[in-house]
Amino acid sequence: MLRMLLRRLFLGAITVWIVSVIIFAGVEVLPGDACTAFLEREAKGKLLENCREAQGLNRPAVERYIEWASGAVRGDFGVSANGQKSISELVGNRLRNSLLLAICALGVGVPLAIFLGVVTGLRRDKPVDLFFSTAAVFAMTIPEFVSATVLILVFSVWLGWLPGIVLTSAGAPASEFFPEILLPVIVLAMVMTAHILRMVRSSVIEVMAGDYIQMAILKGVPYWRIVFRHALPNALLPAINVVALTIAWLLGGVVVIEVVFNYPGLGRMMIDAISDRDLPVVQAIALIVATVYVGVNLTADLMTMFLNPRLRTHALRGS
Amino acid sequence: MTEITATRTENTRLQRIGAVLRDVMARPSGAIGLTLVVLHLVLAIVSPWIVPYDYKAMDSLQMLKPPSGAHWLGTDHLGRDVLTRTLMGGREALLVTGIATPIAVIWGGFVGIFFGLVGGRLDEVLMRVVDAFLSLPWILKMLVLIVTFGTGIEVLIPTLAFFYGIPVIRIARAATHDVVARDFVSAARARGHGRITIIRRELLPNVLDTLMVEGAMRWSWMLLAFSSLSFLGFGVSPPTPDWGLMIADGRGLMSFAPWGVLAPVVALSSLIIGINLTADALAKALGIDRAQKAPV
Amino acid sequence: MSALIDIRDVSVGFTGRDGRTREVLRNIDLTVAPGESVGLVGESGSGKSTLAFAAMGYLKRGLRLLGGSAAFNGNDMFARSRQELERIRGGQLALIPQNSGQSLTPTLRIGAQLGEALRLHSALPVGQHGARVIELLSQVRLPDPEGIVARFPHELSGGQQQRVAIAMALAGDPVALLLDEPTTGLDVTTQAHILELLRDIAAERGMAMVYVSHDLGAIARVCDRVVVMYAGEVVLEGPTRQVLRAPAHPYAQGLLASIPRLDDATLPVALDGRPPAPGEAGAGCAFADRCALVQDKCRATRPPLAAVESGERVRCFFADEARRDRGRRKGAAPVRYSRDSAMLTLDDLSISYARPHLIDQLLGRSSDLLPTVDDISITIGKGETLGLVGESGSGKSTILKTIAGLLPPAGGTVAVGDHPLPRLVEQRDPNQLRQIQLIFQNPDDSLNPRHTVADILEQPLKLYYGLSSTDLRARSVQVLERVRLGAHYLDRLPSQLSGGEKQRVAIARAFAADPEIVLCDEVTSALDVSVQAAVMDLLNDLKATQGTTYVFVSHDLAVVRALSDRVAVLYQGRLCEIGQTDHVFSGVSHPYTEVLLGAVLEPDPDTAPTLTADDVVERAPPAQGCPFQRRCPRKVGTICETDTPPWQSNGGDHAIRCHIAREDLA
Repeated sequence: MLRMLLRRLFLGAITVWIVSVIIFAGVEVLPGDACTAFLEREAKGKLLENCREAQGLNRPAVERYIEWASGAVRGDFGVSANGQKSISELVGNRLRNSLLLAICALGVGVPLAIFLGVVTGLRRDKPVDLFFSTAAVFAMTIPEFVSATVLILVFSVWLGWLPGIVLTSAGAPASEFFPEILLPVIVLAMVMTAHILRMVRSSVIEVMAGDYIQMAILKGVPYWRIVFRHALPNALLPAINVVALTIAWLLGGVVVIEVVFNYPGLGRMMIDAISDRDLPVVQAIALIVATVYVGVNLTADLMTMFLNPRLRTHALRGS
Repeated sequence: MTEITATRTENTRLQRIGAVLRDVMARPSGAIGLTLVVLHLVLAIVSPWIVPYDYKAMDSLQMLKPPSGAHWLGTDHLGRDVLTRTLMGGREALLVTGIATPIAVIWGGFVGIFFGLVGGRLDEVLMRVVDAFLSLPWILKMLVLIVTFGTGIEVLIPTLAFFYGIPVIRIARAATHDVVARDFVSAARARGHGRITIIRRELLPNVLDTLMVEGAMRWSWMLLAFSSLSFLGFGVSPPTPDWGLMIADGRGLMSFAPWGVLAPVVALSSLIIGINLTADALAKALGIDRAQKAPV
Repeated sequence: MSALIDIRDVSVGFTGRDGRTREVLRNIDLTVAPGESVGLVGESGSGKSTLAFAAMGYLKRGLRLLGGSAAFNGNDMFARSRQELERIRGGQLALIPQNSGQSLTPTLRIGAQLGEALRLHSALPVGQHGARVIELLSQVRLPDPEGIVARFPHELSGGQQQRVAIAMALAGDPVALLLDEPTTGLDVTTQAHILELLRDIAAERGMAMVYVSHDLGAIARVCDRVVVMYAGEVVLEGPTRQVLRAPAHPYAQGLLASIPRLDDATLPVALDGRPPAPGEAGAGCAFADRCALVQDKCRATRPPLAAVESGERVRCFFADEARRDRGRRKGAAPVRYSRDSAMLTLDDLSISYARPHLIDQLLGRSSDLLPTVDDISITIGKGETLGLVGESGSGKSTILKTIAGLLPPAGGTVAVGDHPLPRLVEQRDPNQLRQIQLIFQNPDDSLNPRHTVADILEQPLKLYYGLSSTDLRARSVQVLERVRLGAHYLDRLPSQLSGGEKQRVAIARAFAADPEIVLCDEVTSALDVSVQAAVMDLLNDLKATQGTTYVFVSHDLAVVRALSDRVAVLYQGRLCEIGQTDHVFSGVSHPYTEVLLGAVLEPDPDTAPTLTADDVVERAPPAQGCPFQRRCPRKVGTICETDTPPWQSNGGDHAIRCHIAREDLA
């Protein structure tokens, strides 16, 4: 068991390491560096040379990678190219804001998705299923900026119920983001719910058609007991992985929503950094997001393994 | 329980495609979806000849006019005809994604099948690299390249094709593993067929179903990415009409000119929903469960 | 006494894609008295399982009741409320399912699942449930019931899972048991043990049983009365002895003739044709198209299920003729070849599935795992058929894979004639590849679903003979005709063929190479008995015309007996006994062979299996000594655990590997 755990952690660490290499190498290969970005039009000749000297950009790439990577492990991502502020400090608040958004969206979306997924799965091809399944296709496929725009138009512009834009500054306490955060949470939760709902529904349908459910029926087990004791523990196991992927997507892919709502999260910071070609900040955000992605997926894998007796035996035997 | 006795004796590839297509059209989602997709494709091709106005013709006297007989869907903040721009607004997106999707599916598919077949250490290493790429948010990967190299289609097509091919590797690899475990592959190996023949004759026809459904999904996600980029100002440059761009432009004015936003919203949504409905029906017709997939 | 289960005029059907209603069960009448044991027999698609489920008021998704009623203890099961059904099902009327591995909820421990059955259906106070669970598990003769309670279903062997399912059925103190193929897929010894257990329990508790099976041997062992089903109808019903000894229906007649017998060295007689698909049976008798006694009358009107003098009920106009017809058709004699020159030689072959762990590899530690298959030396003559028998996990299929080059041997060699073969298929030259062909168990898996029959047959023809497209077609037709299929099959896909036709195509593909050696891996196991007989007949014919050497792997001893010249018995990947078929199957034999033969069930109510050894499933062979030491009923002593037994031969080619002297092995 311990061996399995260590193996998984090791593989996760390898992935993060590869990500860091890709990020660093990517930035190396692309034309331009922190100095060209900082100096903009004056980036030529002696001035550029001096800047590079000062930033240590003339040293070999491997040396700089080691310095960067070892800093990152300690949580020190260096300083931003423009403004020369500590990246860790800049990122801190943004990361918290993104987490706040993610947790709110998950808190609404996951229970709702599981509930609706189970209902539609059990009532397959009935009106309730057709309605929510169709709604899910819409919610899942319409681009977030489109649904965000429509929701702002309806709830903010026409009805005036909710603020359509976030004006709170990045460093404000979490409580101040309400009620501004509500619309972005609704948009995120919608997309997420749709994905998880579809997955849970198909999983429930598959399990309910299984031999052991038929056996439970013919054993005289009451319907709701079949659902809760025999079907759901099996049907919801695969949901863990989908939820994990959704969390990772929430943290990384909500850039558009943060821009639409002017929400001061990691995503908007990333867009700004890319526009400004502030490469150290881009590198830092990329690495943080990738690490979260790997970590969340790893947790999901391990959770599935502990909750699924089959996989648990497999792990115990040490494959 | 129900054994079907053969009545048809012809089984050419063309007939199979026909049969699958009929199956797709027989499902409500397939019929609606395919109709939407075909409609959009036709409009994208013929729109330059049927639109009532020049898409870039500004008219300072006709700014932000609501729908009327002259401008069925009203005008935007520069006095341009919204109907014209909406009809033409999908051309760029369809062109770019239409080229990038097949490339992504083909290269991702081949790499996936190859490594699924080879297995071993090399496969382990590749999967870690794939994981690493997937762990980076798509928008970051794309934006870095776009900001560096520009927003022309000569940048967008290879960028989209490259990044959207990576998840295909995973799908193709998993599908290959499923097929390789079956006896007909062992049978071909035991007969002494070469690796290429086995891939071409035994694997491809079976993995292709999965790849087709995957391709449809990649297409819709690529469209989503493309229009998101335009929306953020990193995609198509003005004055080219594009839905994402139109929504971005019209957003600030939507309290008093909602038609400028609603028209491209409906157009873009109907195309993406159409593709997804078609993909759903196609997956069902081919017997693949596609709901068990997460957003990647 | 009134009937416990009373099914009257039940018809069940589904709506086809064309909108037509297609009947799966047609006007079924069936009664079961308390304490009676009734067998439902028929081939796949005959509706026997659907009928058993209908007795519980349950139909699978898509099926619906078209008419009739199914009563249990006076309750009409299709008219009762859900609560009433929940009370009866699993209580007085319990089911033992076909595949217990999939019928037990994977996320619940055995104890929890049995406890649930008690909570729902037993009057015992909750405090005594724990003890009752242990008691039930010991009643079904499970070793270490306390340990099993805490286990999950997947941690048990197939036989253990089946016993748990039986215990679960007993939890509600049922008066009737429905058994849906309860021993299908289990090893012969396990199957025999489970059947004895069921017989004992039923006798002890006076339970009624409805036993659904395609296996007449099992039916013969447990049932008083047999109901034969064909295409959704009852065609014959009567006391077991009469039905099995003198079947009064042509279909039952044919079904019995198609079963290979251990005491009969001739090939079974195949039943030509196939049953009509649901809804396709015409106005007349459903069996008319396959019947030898068919008259015009049979095609025009459907015969009623009528009682005959001897007490059975028969759905045939010519029941007397049918009975008289018995024994007229005799099975073909199997082709026998005398050994002259060696065709295939396995020399000290050992095969290992286990690969050393990465960390062990890095540290240079050697793996302490024993090879899966070890110490196999067999010479097979030209034109000879060698049968390889043993229970699941005995390594039979593994040996075939190694001969075919799909799995490299860990040691030893495979030689064709005098030439040793390269270890892996990729290293072999075209002629070596052509010489050996492999046929798999399940044609659904071994035929590419996307290739037409023509595509499938062209592959070996192109590969080995480089035929051009015009020759290809002509040659494919010849190859197809060799397996008695017509040219019109060429353009069909596997999904458009029946199970038997698919396996013929797979056989045709192997023979298209004109191989010297054909490896058959359980080639008849996935087929119905009547189809199995036809495939056996075909293989025998091909042997006569092509002079092929077969290595024939099967778990079914009767099939092996009919087809093999020599038989090798394997246990845990090690040879126990090898010799001419007659010698192995009668007279002196290895204790393991004796156990296997004793467990075989004949479709004859007057035979009983002899069970001498436990049906424990072993995961790995013992490190030293005799592989069978742990289960052997005739174990001599510690010598069995320490020394590898010597080969004892009869002077000819019959050899047994045992520490007991040959004279005492009787």
